[in-house]
Amino acid sequence: MSVTSGPIVRLDGVEKSFGAVRALASVSLDLMPGECFGLVGHNGAGKSTLMNVLSGNLMPDSGQILIGGEDVTAGYTPQTAMRHGVRCVYQELSLCPNLTVAENARISHPAVSGIGWRRAARALIGGKLDEVFPGHGISTDDVVGDLSIASRQMVEISRAFAVTDVAARVVILDEPTSSLDAVAAEKLLKHVRRYVSEGGTVVLISHLLGEILDTSDRIAVMRDGGIVALDEASGFNRNSLVAAMGSVAEGAAQEAAEQAVIRATAPVVVSAKPAAPESLTLAAHKGEVVGLAGLAGQGQTELLVKVFDHAAGTKVSGAVSLVAGDRQTDGVFPLWSIAENISIGSLRQFLDGFLLNHARAHAFAEEWRRQIGIRTPDVAEPILSLSGGNQQKALFARALGAPAEIIVMDDPMRGVDVGTKQEVYGMIREQASRGRTFLWYTTEMDELRNCDHVYVFREGAIVADLAHSEMTEERVLHASFRADA
Amino acid sequence: MKRLASLLKQPWLWAWGGALAVWLATAAYTQGQGSGQVLSAALTFGAFFVIVALGQMFVITLGPGNVDLSIPACMTLAGTVSMKAMEGSGAMLPIGLLLALAVGLVVGGVNYTLIRLLRIPPIIATLSSSFIFQSAAIWWNRGLRVKPPTALADFATAKVAGIPVIAIAVILLAACGHVLLTRTVYGRSVVAIGQNMRAAHLAGIKVERVRAATYMMCATLAGLCGFLLAGFSGGAALNMGEEYLLSSIAVVVIGGTSVAGGFANVPGLWGAALFLFLLVTMLNTMGAGAGLRMVLTGLIIIGVIVAASGGKRRT
Amino acid sequence: MSALLSPRVLRGLLPPLSLAALLIAIFWLQPRTMSYFGLNLLLNLAVPIALATIAQMFILCVNELDLSIGGFVSLVACITATWLHDTPLLGIAALVGLIVAYALLGALIHIRNLPSIVVTLGMSFVWLGLAVLVLPTPGGKAPEYIRSLMTLKPSLVPFPIIASVVIAGVVHLFLMRSAVGTVLRGAGGNPRSLERAGWSLLKIKMSMFALAGFFGVLSGMALVGLTTSADANIALRYTLLSIAGVILGGGEFVGGRVSPIGAVIGAMTLALAGSFLSFLRLNPDWQIGAQGAILIVVLALRVLISRSEAKR
Repeated sequence: MSVTSGPIVRLDGVEKSFGAVRALASVSLDLMPGECFGLVGHNGAGKSTLMNVLSGNLMPDSGQILIGGEDVTAGYTPQTAMRHGVRCVYQELSLCPNLTVAENARISHPAVSGIGWRRAARALIGGKLDEVFPGHGISTDDVVGDLSIASRQMVEISRAFAVTDVAARVVILDEPTSSLDAVAAEKLLKHVRRYVSEGGTVVLISHLLGEILDTSDRIAVMRDGGIVALDEASGFNRNSLVAAMGSVAEGAAQEAAEQAVIRATAPVVVSAKPAAPESLTLAAHKGEVVGLAGLAGQGQTELLVKVFDHAAGTKVSGAVSLVAGDRQTDGVFPLWSIAENISIGSLRQFLDGFLLNHARAHAFAEEWRRQIGIRTPDVAEPILSLSGGNQQKALFARALGAPAEIIVMDDPMRGVDVGTKQEVYGMIREQASRGRTFLWYTTEMDELRNCDHVYVFREGAIVADLAHSEMTEERVLHASFRADA
Repeated sequence: MKRLASLLKQPWLWAWGGALAVWLATAAYTQGQGSGQVLSAALTFGAFFVIVALGQMFVITLGPGNVDLSIPACMTLAGTVSMKAMEGSGAMLPIGLLLALAVGLVVGGVNYTLIRLLRIPPIIATLSSSFIFQSAAIWWNRGLRVKPPTALADFATAKVAGIPVIAIAVILLAACGHVLLTRTVYGRSVVAIGQNMRAAHLAGIKVERVRAATYMMCATLAGLCGFLLAGFSGGAALNMGEEYLLSSIAVVVIGGTSVAGGFANVPGLWGAALFLFLLVTMLNTMGAGAGLRMVLTGLIIIGVIVAASGGKRRT
Repeated sequence: MSALLSPRVLRGLLPPLSLAALLIAIFWLQPRTMSYFGLNLLLNLAVPIALATIAQMFILCVNELDLSIGGFVSLVACITATWLHDTPLLGIAALVGLIVAYALLGALIHIRNLPSIVVTLGMSFVWLGLAVLVLPTPGGKAPEYIRSLMTLKPSLVPFPIIASVVIAGVVHLFLMRSAVGTVLRGAGGNPRSLERAGWSLLKIKMSMFALAGFFGVLSGMALVGLTTSADANIALRYTLLSIAGVILGGGEFVGGRVSPIGAVIGAMTLALAGSFLSFLRLNPDWQIGAQGAILIVVLALRVLISRSEAKR
C-alpha cells in the first residue's frame, strides 16, 4: 500500500470561475505518493477544470498549489508542472500529427537531443509502449496522423509515463480509456497499478465506474465545482457513486404536459437514427419536446446537425432551426449587434422586394427582446455586450423567430443562470403547445424533466428510450454508463 | 458630441482623411497648381481600382483564406478577348462587353469549382487557375494590340463638368455594391459567413451557394475592369492587370474592411483608392522615385494592418 | 496494412513520378537533351527557383504564407549585382540585414497575430521599391566567384543536378532529421502542444522566417550568378512559382506537412514544364498555363488518393 511521507501534491482552497459560472468552488485535495486517485462526476462537475489547474493550463482565481511541500502557485505553467514531474494526458490529444511517434517523444522531452537523438527517442517511447501496452503493433517511425485514435492514445499515455531528466511523479489520466479497446484498457490499468506500487501517483478520471472502483485507492466525487464525497475506494460501490454524482431532487421542476396523448395522436415529424450499428431510432411527434440525454459528446450533437441538414438517414418533415450550445463556435456572430444576430435566422421576412427593411428587422428583434426578456437597453448594442445567458436568449430568439416547425437545441443552457433557465423552459413548453416540435440535447438532469420523451445516448448510439413517466435520474445515469464497466 | 464620436468610428474615415491630407499636401507643395487635374486623374484611376476592389472585398469578407489571386489574369483575358472580338468596331460594343463579363463569369466559376472539388484553399486554387488564364490571354492576344472602338475609348476618357464619366459610373456601381452588402440577403450572408462559417450554416444560410456567387461576381467585376481599362489605355496589354493584384487587396484593407473577414464597407474602397493614387502622385511631385514610392506604399499598408489589428495573439 | 502502396507512400511518390514523367517526355521529344549540356541547359534556372521554393517551404511549415519572396529575391539579386560586387562588405552587411528583417517580420506577424498574406503583400512593395532604389535600370555585374560557381562544369554530372541534390539533402537533414528541425515542424502540426512542452513559438517563428530569408538570399545570389546582371523585376514570378513548387512537392498549406526533397522536385518540375511545351512545339504562350495545369492535375490526383484513403 501507499508509503505515507506527506502528500506529493496539495491543492488548498482552489477556486476558478468563468464569467458568472463557478467552475471550482474552493477545492482542497491531497495526493499521496503511491496512490491511484479516482475522480468521478457528471459533465461540468469541474473535473477537467481541476486537472487543468493542476497541470498548469489554468490559473486558479484563488487558492494554493503545493508540490512536494513547495508552494508553486505563483506563475504556475505547464512547464513548471512538468519540471516538478506532473504530467497530464489530455482528453483532446496533444500530439503533432505531422511528426512520427519518436519525434513526438522528442517534443515533450527536450533532453532528447544531440547526435543520436533519434535512436534515443525511439528507445524511450518504444520501450515505454512495450512496457505499458505489450503487443501494441505501433512502430516508432509511424507518422502519428496515420495512426488510429486508439494508437495515438497509447502513444500519448506512454509519452507521459516516459522518463528522461525529470521523473514522472504525478500522471493525470483524463478519460484515458475512452478510445481504447477493452484489452488495451486492461493493460493500461495494470500498468497504473504497477506504477503506483513503485511509488508514483496517478489521477484517474473516468466515466467507467467499474475501472475507477477496481483501480483506485481513493475516490473523490465532484459535483457543481466541489468535492462532495471522498473516501477509500472500498467504501464505494457503483450505486453509491451514481447516487453521489446525481444532484438533489429539484423542487422547481415542471411537470410535462399530457405527453402520452401527443404520442398517441400527433404525427411523427422527425425520425432519425445515429450511424452506430446497434442503435434505437429517435422519433419526435408534432408538438413534443424530446430530450437527448447521456454524457457529453456521445453523438447527440451529430444527430441534431443531421436533422438540421435533412441529411440521409433522417426523415424530417418541415423546416428546422437550431439553437447552438457552443455559442462561440456555433452560434454568435461576434461583430454584429443583438438585432442583427436575432434577425439573421429569418431575413426573408424582412424583404421589401429585393431589399431588406432594417427598420422591420429591428422591430422584430425588439419584439423578441421583450418576449424573451433579453436584458439590454437597446438591441442595437453589440451582441458581446450581453452576458452569456442573454446571448443564449438571443440565439433562442433567432431560432424561435424563424419560420421553422422543428427546433433542435444543442445543449443550449451551458453557462446560463437559473432564472433565465426557468424563463426559457416556460417558453419552450408554450411554443410546443402551439405545435412546434423540440429536439433538446441536454446534459442536465433537471432539463430532462421538461421533456415528454427522452433518448439516452452512449458511444454514438441511442441505448434507451424513456417516456416521461419512466424517466428517473437513476435510469438515465445507468443507461449512460456502460453496464459491463 | 455623440454623433461626432460615432462618425470617428466609421471604418472608411481614415482612408478618406488620408486621401484628403495627401491631396492638400500635394496642393500646398505645388501652390495649388494642377491640383484639379490631379483630382480628375485620381478619380479615373481610382475608378479602375474600385471596380476590382469591390469584388475582392466580397471575397475577403468571406473569411480567412479567401482571396482571389486570379484578378489580373482575368482582367487581361477579358480585355484581350473583348478587344479582339470587337476589332475596333463600335457596333460590336455590346457584344464585347458581354464577352468580357462572360469571361469573368467563367473564370469565377472555374475558381469556385477548383476550390470545391479539389478542396484546396482559395488562394492556391485562384493562383493555379490564374496561370492558365494568363496563358490563354497571351495565346489569344498573340502580341497584337487591337485598338478599342472609338466609342469605348471616348467613354473611358470622357468628362462631364470636369468629372470623368467613368468615375461617375463607378460611383454608381459602388453604391449598388453598398446596397448589395447592407440591404440584401446575399450581402448579410457574406458577412455572416466571414464571421463564423459554421454558425452561418447552422443559422440556415446556404454557405456554398453564397461562396460560389461571390467568386463569380468578383471575377465578373475583374472582367468588366479589364474591358474598361483596355478601352481607356488604347487596347489590351498583357501586363495590364499586374498592379491590380496587390492593389485590389491593399485598397480593400486600407478601406477599413477586415482582412479576417466578416466586416466590410464600400465607401472606404473609394477613399483608399484615391488615397493610394494621390499618395503616389504626391511622392511623384515631391520628386520621389519609383522605388521610394513603392517602399512607402508597402510600409503604409503594413502600418494600417498593424494599427487595425490592435489585437494581441489569442492563445 | 499494405505498407507498400499505402496512400501516404503514393502521395510521397507523386512528386518524383511527375518529374520523371516530364523528363521522359522531354527526352523522347528531344533526345539531344539527354546529354550533359542538354541537362545543364534544361535545369540551370531550376536552382534559384528551388532555393526560393525552400524559402517558401519554411514559411508554409509554420502555417503562414509569403507573398513577398519574389520581390525579396529580386532585391537580393540587385544587391548582389551592385554592392556585393563593388563593395563586398556593404553587400554582406545588407544581405545579413535582410535576413534579420525577415526574422523581425516573423516576430511581428506572431506577436500581433497578423495575417501573413497581407503583411508579406505589403513587404513585396517594400522589397521591390528597395530593389528599384538599389538598381534603377537593369544592369550590374555578378561577383566573379558566384558566376564561376554557378557555371561550374563538374565531370559526369551537370552542376544543376548536383546543386539540387545538395540543397535538398542539406535541408532534409536539418529540417526532417535533426532534433531542432523536429521541433520547428512540430510548431506547424500542433502549436499548442509545443507551447505546453515549454517551447517558445515566437522563437520558432522567427527562426523559420530567418531561414526563409537566408534561402531567399541564396536564391537571389544564384540567380545573378546565372544571368550575370540583375534588374528589379527579375524574380517577381518566384512568389507564385515557390508556392506552387511546395504544393507540387507534396507540401500542404497547414499542419506543418512539408518535404524539402519534394519542394526541390516540385521546383524542378515547374522549371521543366516550360521546356517541355516548347519541345512539344506547342505555342510557347502556354508555358505559364502548363505550370498551372500541372499544379491542378497534381492536386486533383492528391484528392483522388486521399478519397481512396478515406474509403478504406
